[in-house]
Amino acid sequence: MRDLILGAVAYDAKVVPIWDGFLAHFRAHGVPFDYVLYSNYERQVAAHLRGDVDVAWNSPLAWLQAQHAAAAAGRRAQAVAMRDTDRDLTSVILVRADRGPATIADLRGRRIGVGAGDSPQATLIPLGELAEAGVEVVPVRHDVLVGKHGDHVGGERDAVKALLAGEVDAACVIDGNRLAFAREGLLAPGAVRVVHQTAPYDHCNMTVLDDGHPAIARFVEVLLAMSYDDPAVRPLLDLEGLTRWLPGRTSGYAALERAVTRDGSLAAWLTTIGPR
Amino acid sequence: MTPVDVDLADLGLDEGGHLPVARALARGGAVRVRGDAPTLAVDLPAWCRARGCAIARAGDAWLIEPSAADRWRGAERAGAIDAAVDHPPARWGLAARGALVEAGAPALDLPLADKDAVWADEAARLYAQAAAAQWDPATAIPWDAPAEHPAEVEDAVVQVMTYLIENETAALLVPTRFLGKLHPHFREVMQLLAIQIADEARHVEVFTRRATLRRGALGLSTAGGQASLASLFAEPDFAIASFLLSVLGEGSFLALLWFLRDHAPDACTRAVATLAAQDEARHVAFGLAHLGRHCAHDPSLRDRLAAAIERRHAALAHTSGLNAEVFDALVLLAAGGWTSAALRRGHAAVVALATTMDDGRRQRLVRLGFAPERAAALSGLHTRNFM
Ligand SMILES: [Fe+2]
Ligand SMILES: [Fe+2]
Repeated sequence: MRDLILGAVAYDAKVVPIWDGFLAHFRAHGVPFDYVLYSNYERQVAAHLRGDVDVAWNSPLAWLQAQHAAAAAGRRAQAVAMRDTDRDLTSVILVRADRGPATIADLRGRRIGVGAGDSPQATLIPLGELAEAGVEVVPVRHDVLVGKHGDHVGGERDAVKALLAGEVDAACVIDGNRLAFAREGLLAPGAVRVVHQTAPYDHCNMTVLDDGHPAIARFVEVLLAMSYDDPAVRPLLDLEGLTRWLPGRTSGYAALERAVTRDGSLAAWLTTIGPR
Repeated sequence: MTPVDVDLADLGLDEGGHLPVARALARGGAVRVRGDAPTLAVDLPAWCRARGCAIARAGDAWLIEPSAADRWRGAERAGAIDAAVDHPPARWGLAARGALVEAGAPALDLPLADKDAVWADEAARLYAQAAAAQWDPATAIPWDAPAEHPAEVEDAVVQVMTYLIENETAALLVPTRFLGKLHPHFREVMQLLAIQIADEARHVEVFTRRATLRRGALGLSTAGGQASLASLFAEPDFAIASFLLSVLGEGSFLALLWFLRDHAPDACTRAVATLAAQDEARHVAFGLAHLGRHCAHDPSLRDRLAAAIERRHAALAHTSGLNAEVFDALVLLAAGGWTSAALRRGHAAVVALATTMDDGRRQRLVRLGFAPERAAALSGLHTRNFM
């Protein structure tokens, strides 16, 4: 059997030890596993559709790209697994506590610090909710590592720095990053208020296409069986930011799908990947 | 089981509020959290998600279930605080003795991990003694003391110091190589070796400073002297290396430093020799202590130690032993001048030094359990370079 190949995006140097660790674990459990790293999700999705990889560790936006591109080709994408930490995230819009808008309506016409232009959590979903509420704003992007769909936290950190410096009126971050930035000392307690919290949404998933590799079932089985109690596995789960793998679900991507449909970016990207 | 209640009042999770929640969860059951910090509704679910804890709204509170993920499952104590185990596993690594060690910590390469090979019950006491006896070269030694001896006696002092520095450097580097391999579970031994190495650093310093007090150049370093020290350097076995270095070498050095204390032409040389000898006595004591324990647990070690002396003797047979330059310098140093009477006195003192060294080595070998005749024979095979 040829190797089952997983594609992942190298958004940070730690990605290499993570997938090297998974590689050893999967091979030890009878999955003929290997991995390939891409510098951006668009290239990974295209490679997946070409059949270069069998499983793609996709951002939520990459999932939508894969799903729509597969559908356009008469195929079907499936989310087979996700981290426990990929479920029910929210993003928050922060304003300075000492001044700044009191309600979401007050954000109208204001400068909103967002993350990278392709970040679902720090840009697309919060801006989408503002648009749906009829609140037109001036987004100020903090493009750290475009193509990585905001996986790198630098864009959110820069947005918060811009908020504290008074360069923007609000900043969008994942709920947990507010606490993380407090621990870093970037956000003093009480320095910011939460003016809006988005509805819950889901984050990454392991995507496969319908004519998948024969070892995919075994891959999913071994993945879901990874236990935090196993000292050999725990460092990998810590690095990847989860305590257990869960079956994939696709109910948490609707807000993002509306956002990238509304701004036209998904359709625009699909024209670049069509059959040629 | 009814949930444990935690009321955070206005304490936010971004200012330490997670501690009461984590403490309550550590009891193993569900926790009901109330609070009115402005961002609690954002922070608490995010905090729970990252830890794998389920969270649900329950009226004006949140109900949190502990996570099934437990980092401390399978963790083990790295022995007891005040008792080293016989074979500490490499996976305990750098953890403090007695600490609870998470499973999955990297196994460090710590080959010196056998209590019989390294341990001495005296290590803690010797370490405390060493820590209390550290002296400051700047103030402990009368660097400005007057010296009235002839220029050539000063040259002899410089030659002896040059020889001492070379030997102190070996005494510093040989234990350093073993310290890097010692399992830190044997904390007291690690500390004692570390402070012993610091002692040697100070000896290198004061001998260098004494040598250059009145001279701009050092003396001679001979191939035979270095060959003798190189054979210590190459020894991979801790027991054999400490036997050759600490028991035989530093033991002999002790007699040499006393000799310098008694015959030095100036107060400064007397002081550096006296202070260094105090430190060396501890180094010898530790060597005797751990090798005595080791021999008691493994009597076959004695034969290996004896074989090591014989092997080293054979390896050094082609070298000249103590070089003539050092021997002559010691004679002139003890003579203090060029009169026949002085030279005769100096020469007799150096000859007596060899006897004192031999006596000391034989006594120490007997303390390690060698029969007196065997001790005498083995002592006679010790390197003529002293160390
Ligand atoms: Fe020394
Ligand atoms: Fe020493």
